[in-house]
Amino acid sequence: MTRNMDTSEVIEVIADLCKKACYELNDNLIDALKKAYTQEESPYGKDTLDLLIKNAEYAKQEQIACCHDTGTAVVIMEIGQEISWSGMPLVEAVYAGVRKGYEEGYLRKSMVRDPLDRVNTGDNTPCVFHPEIVPGDKVHITVMPKGGGSENMGAFTTLVPAVGEEGVKDFIMKTVEYAGGMTCPPIIVGVGVGGTMDKCAWLAKKALLRPIGERNPVPHYARMEEELLEKINDLGIGPLGMGGRTTALDVHIEYFPCHITALPVAVNLQCHASRHASAEI
Amino acid sequence: MNKIIQLHTPLTKEDIKDLNIGDVLELTGTIYTARDAAHKRMQTALAEGKPQPVDFKDQLIFYAGPCPTKPGRTMGSIAPTTSMRMDSFVEMTFQLGMLGMIGKGDRSDFVPELCKKYGGVYLLSIGGASAMISNQVKTCDVVAYEDLGTESIKRLQVEKLRLIVGIDSKGRVFQSEQIQKYKR
Ligand code: SF4
Repeated sequence: MTRNMDTSEVIEVIADLCKKACYELNDNLIDALKKAYTQEESPYGKDTLDLLIKNAEYAKQEQIACCHDTGTAVVIMEIGQEISWSGMPLVEAVYAGVRKGYEEGYLRKSMVRDPLDRVNTGDNTPCVFHPEIVPGDKVHITVMPKGGGSENMGAFTTLVPAVGEEGVKDFIMKTVEYAGGMTCPPIIVGVGVGGTMDKCAWLAKKALLRPIGERNPVPHYARMEEELLEKINDLGIGPLGMGGRTTALDVHIEYFPCHITALPVAVNLQCHASRHASAEI
Repeated sequence: MNKIIQLHTPLTKEDIKDLNIGDVLELTGTIYTARDAAHKRMQTALAEGKPQPVDFKDQLIFYAGPCPTKPGRTMGSIAPTTSMRMDSFVEMTFQLGMLGMIGKGDRSDFVPELCKKYGGVYLLSIGGASAMISNQVKTCDVVAYEDLGTESIKRLQVEKLRLIVGIDSKGRVFQSEQIQKYKR
């Protein structure tokens, strides 16, 4: 059975998700911050984590942005293949939702129209839109506002297959250490391994959506995640880079098959303001 | 942690010369926001021999771009942005008389040298604690480059804005020293 939908139906939903994501950090993250607080050894680090937990509670209560950098809006839309669309182009409806959410929500407009002439578009559009076709007749939407501080410190490389797991871990460690305090730690480290350049970066971004504490179901990736998490926290970077035992809350690796010549690795870093909100239509 | 030092603007080099890395401050008074785009315009004005939009003599520059203010509140969410992007402007702003910078994150190796040379400081605020920090801002006025939106230069009156000395006027760096302590 085909389900008929008008593209304008997504506008309001996306607008609400933009606001919700920026105002309300999810419980999974807050719990991880609270756990880190009890384990942190640095007094500056403890103080910082305490402030971040209070900040999250306060932002939610007041319905204001927890972080001023409300980011590039990344909109992921899983579209059931039984849906038939009418109305304005879907991408326009998505932009309209982002425009409305950022305007009504008093969220910061951070997009420039051209990376070189740098004129602000004034409404935080365009967003980065990822439509995906899935089985079924539902639309599942996730809005992920991604701030510049952590996004800017991500990295991609293509290794030679000969370097294997050690090479991958090495690249991840170097990326995290170089990023230091600039990404507003504690961070979540999203890693993509395999695919092509574009696929690999996308895996790294999607890895950030996995709940903190959840491991990759494949044993050798789960083991790498745990090993890396410990090594990253041993770097001593600490909350906001002011030293401490909490540098990362988790490491999430996603993989995809790749070409016989290739071993691509992408690292996408997520700051403590890990924001995403989802809804189903 | 060191005890809290109360600082009130106006400040001079004399007031900040004895601050040490790791000192926790509560700052009350006037500061100015400026980030990437504003610094670039200041640089262009300087190159063209035009006047600066604000007299930065003995002022603190806050690297920040706030959210719009929700009705009923005094200030939109605000907290520092990554300071390193402004590193290439540090000498220029010191030469314009700036006393210090407020931001987040590490700086390039030449920034501590510049702090030493000009007797300035780099103060750390907490990135992303923007809802809470907005309560420390009592007034906000756009004073230049209004067309830049969030990136305009704004004059803020702050009350007990909590800061940590990241680089002192002796050129010492707080973060690198702390990280060594917790590295295993
Ligand atoms: S890195 Fe994250 S927490 Fe820090 S300022 Fe940017 S968006 Fe906010």
